[in-house]
Amino acid sequence: MKWIGVALLAASFLLPPFLAGDFYVNLASQILIAAIFALSLNLLVGFGGMTSLGHASYLGVAAYISALLTSRYGFGHGLAAIISIAGSTAMAAFFGVVALRATGLGFLMITLAISQVLWGLAYRMSNVTNGDNGIAGLTRPMPFGISLDSAASFYWFALVVASLAFLMMTIFVSSSFGSSLKGVRDQPRRMAALGFNPWMIRWITFIYAGFWGGVSGLLYVYYNKYIHPTSLSITSSAEALLSVIAGGSGTLGGPVVGAALVLLLKNYASAYIERWNMLLGLVFLFIVLVMPTGIVPGFSRLVTGLRRESR
Amino acid sequence: MSISRRQFVSSVAGAGIASMAAPHLVFAQNSGPIRVGLMAAKTGPLASGGIDMELALTMFLKERDNTLAGRKVELIVADTAGTPATARTKAQELVEKNNIHCIIGPLAAFEALAIADYLTEKEIPTIGVAAAEDMTQRHPSPWFVRATSTSAQCAYPLADYSAKELRYKKIVTIADDFAYGHEMCAGFQRAFEDNGGKIIQKIFTPLATPDYGSYVAQVKNADAIFLGTAGSNGFRFLRQFIEYGLKDKMAVIGGMTALDESVLRNMGDEALGIVTTSWYSAELDNPLNKAFATAFRKQFKYDPGYYAGGTYVSGQVLEAGLKTARGNVEDKKALMTAIRGSNAETVRGVVKFDEFGNAVGDAYIRKVTRKDGRLVNSVIKTYPDVTQFWTYDKTAFLKDPVYSRDYPPAKNLEQ
Amino acid sequence: MQFWIIQGLNSLSLGGLLFLLSSGFSLIFGLMRLANLTHGAFFMLGTYFGATALRSWDGLNIWVTALGAGIAVAAIGGLFERLVLTRLKTNPLGQVLVTLGMSFIISDACLMLWGGDSIPVPTPRNLQSPTRVFGFVFPTYRLVLVGCAIGAAIALYLLLERTRLGAMIRAGVDDRQMARAVGIPVSNLFTVVFCLGAGIAGAGGVLGGPILSAYPGLDADMLPLALIVVILGGIGSLLGAFVGSFIIGFIYTFGTALFPELAYIILFLPMIFVIAFRPQGLFGRVGT
Repeated sequence: MKWIGVALLAASFLLPPFLAGDFYVNLASQILIAAIFALSLNLLVGFGGMTSLGHASYLGVAAYISALLTSRYGFGHGLAAIISIAGSTAMAAFFGVVALRATGLGFLMITLAISQVLWGLAYRMSNVTNGDNGIAGLTRPMPFGISLDSAASFYWFALVVASLAFLMMTIFVSSSFGSSLKGVRDQPRRMAALGFNPWMIRWITFIYAGFWGGVSGLLYVYYNKYIHPTSLSITSSAEALLSVIAGGSGTLGGPVVGAALVLLLKNYASAYIERWNMLLGLVFLFIVLVMPTGIVPGFSRLVTGLRRESR
Repeated sequence: MSISRRQFVSSVAGAGIASMAAPHLVFAQNSGPIRVGLMAAKTGPLASGGIDMELALTMFLKERDNTLAGRKVELIVADTAGTPATARTKAQELVEKNNIHCIIGPLAAFEALAIADYLTEKEIPTIGVAAAEDMTQRHPSPWFVRATSTSAQCAYPLADYSAKELRYKKIVTIADDFAYGHEMCAGFQRAFEDNGGKIIQKIFTPLATPDYGSYVAQVKNADAIFLGTAGSNGFRFLRQFIEYGLKDKMAVIGGMTALDESVLRNMGDEALGIVTTSWYSAELDNPLNKAFATAFRKQFKYDPGYYAGGTYVSGQVLEAGLKTARGNVEDKKALMTAIRGSNAETVRGVVKFDEFGNAVGDAYIRKVTRKDGRLVNSVIKTYPDVTQFWTYDKTAFLKDPVYSRDYPPAKNLEQ
Repeated sequence: MQFWIIQGLNSLSLGGLLFLLSSGFSLIFGLMRLANLTHGAFFMLGTYFGATALRSWDGLNIWVTALGAGIAVAAIGGLFERLVLTRLKTNPLGQVLVTLGMSFIISDACLMLWGGDSIPVPTPRNLQSPTRVFGFVFPTYRLVLVGCAIGAAIALYLLLERTRLGAMIRAGVDDRQMARAVGIPVSNLFTVVFCLGAGIAGAGGVLGGPILSAYPGLDADMLPLALIVVILGGIGSLLGAFVGSFIIGFIYTFGTALFPELAYIILFLPMIFVIAFRPQGLFGRVGT
């Protein structure tokens, strides 16, 4: 029963290019990109118990590296992508060491501070990053010679990457490493007593989250064909964090649902409702009051509850 | 003032559903409405300007009974939230979902840069308000015109005026630390130093500066301080400047958005006598502006400024283009050519476009005075037909790099 | 010489402002372990209230206005705490969502009610003429603000150290479960403290108004500063918030003046160092 539901859901992701016009397909692509970003953050927040408010660092850095290499230094997209991901992953490794010296609010603040420093550098180093004019005129890659310029072709590309990301993260989370991560999240002292190395487990997760954050950054810059320091801003990180929490941290579907919610409110509802920011806030309040652990866990509880009643 | 948008939502939804069903085929209908998209930042830090843009344009259309060149006009307003990614999404929404024929806006340089390639690719006639220099210099687009001015265009006349008539010798500049501020101060510096003046200090304040105290204290002794600020930052800085007693020692002059009408209404006598420059003033003495400013003031209780004026002018330019093209928006090339060739009579005077799509028009030196009990920007001198290249040779200008924080290099800074 | 004195005074006044902003945040986090991300919005709300009140009624006393705004914001905070936050005691992520959501609501409401322009808050008339200091002028109000901060610090100190309420708060900060065990009504205490924290923020908003002005985005500009001060000074420590505010005031003022290229990162670099090497902050008693 559950698998039919999941299969239907998966199938629905195949529909947009056939059913809707370019605008909606583009919206769907944006949802996929935001979903990958939120999923990567969720590895830290939901499964690792480390609330980060600076995840946009990895998205932004990967995006900037790719933009600079392709537009200014004439690199091909394939090589630029590899370097960008390597760069953002290496950065995650380095910043992880710094950030993991703290927990809780301190960790939140360090991650926030790091992303703010990067944001400030992106603004200030305008001879490299073009400052607040951003870098425009970027191109999309052509994997196997296929152009990604049309809305539909980009969507398929994003869907492939997103499915891969989802799969890899599912494997990560359900593996024994994933279990030890959850153990460290819930009972770090006990895990240490059992011989695990909580710091190492957290650090590896941090790096992995940075890796996928970088991947989402690449998709982001390919989609927009433009990069600007706002991609590194607190707002960017905060939106992802809100998506994760609203959708349900600690689940795999949660960040996807949360990302879709935030994006639809921001980019779609804003056309019809002038006070969409207020609506977003009210929706968050509502979610937390009615489904305190997020939409996805709330929904599955609802479904299980209904099923139990109908028996 | 979102009534206009709500009214049009049903027709927009209808168009949206239609476009969903037939995504690749949009038949030109000469009898359907002209759909105009307005990209305005109505939330976020730039909200004040965006809100003014919507007010002015809806008023413009209402005055004309929502009809331009004999066809009905539908206005769809998109809130860009002042971020480039949202601007791009909204541009796509306007083009792909709402099927607009032309766009007015956006207001911020980075918004315009984020959507420039998209609008060029989709061939959407755009009348922009954003002042980014390069959009009409080294990276012009055949589909983009700007009826207002570049960041530096109005700074040149003020630099000239400061050197020749106000006889300032040393000036300090302060602006927000982003491209608009850099470009405006660069232009001012260049023209001022050409006339024998010296810029002895250039201060750029980060965008999020709640307290200007430490910057006020850094200001060196000079004849005047030039405010290249945008939004309300100019007036917030000015307040601190006055409180530290500096207004008694130095004059204050400003660029196009330093003491905009929308900011002036919240100020008091401290603003009197401040000289600024712009391509517009609510006090302009032509019949079109007299009617517009009076009507705007009557409806919204404050004078129109940079954003309201800029959008109204853009509307007038669009109307002129539409009239020449006989309302045929479906022929986009013809519309764009008509717009570029229009010599529209607008509330700022006559607007012509140079070959890059930037407006050539009068620039006004204004002084804050009190009239009818309110503060206004009275025009004290007009510089006719100012282009974005001022008196410089166009080819040489374009060979140089675009204005930035460090270009042209400031050679007279005091330590 | 003049530069150092003026910037020194600027640092003090900025520090005073920061203390008014962050003392409430520190109080709330210390007791409730709640990072109140709505704090910037509460502050901004106070500024807007102050702007409207002081502009509409000429001659209205700013201290009275600050008190009034403080009470109003405290009431809003109290409602929020009772209706929403109490349910999230064991849900820190939910707290993040809800406090951020509330800040969206408040900031959009402010945009809706007051529009997009900056609204200046008039300086009290009797404080408008500048003070002469060593031959140059300095705005009197800024000096008064330092006095306000010191006054607020003393008042809070007396509250925490000399009253029963304060004793209960300190007990709750040190060991929440034990406090409950000895019969302290922790839940009601939470509401009181949240109201107090929000109220101080609201009052601080009014008092900071003449310097900052009310503008959309003030909340987003102020919140990171509150966070930095509290992290630096240490959680749960009033002294930490006080000292931290002035340290940040000095770093920011002199930093932006002497190293303008570092303006964006001048505050975050020291903070990263502090967290990395002394995670509990300078005076923190509570682990983060």
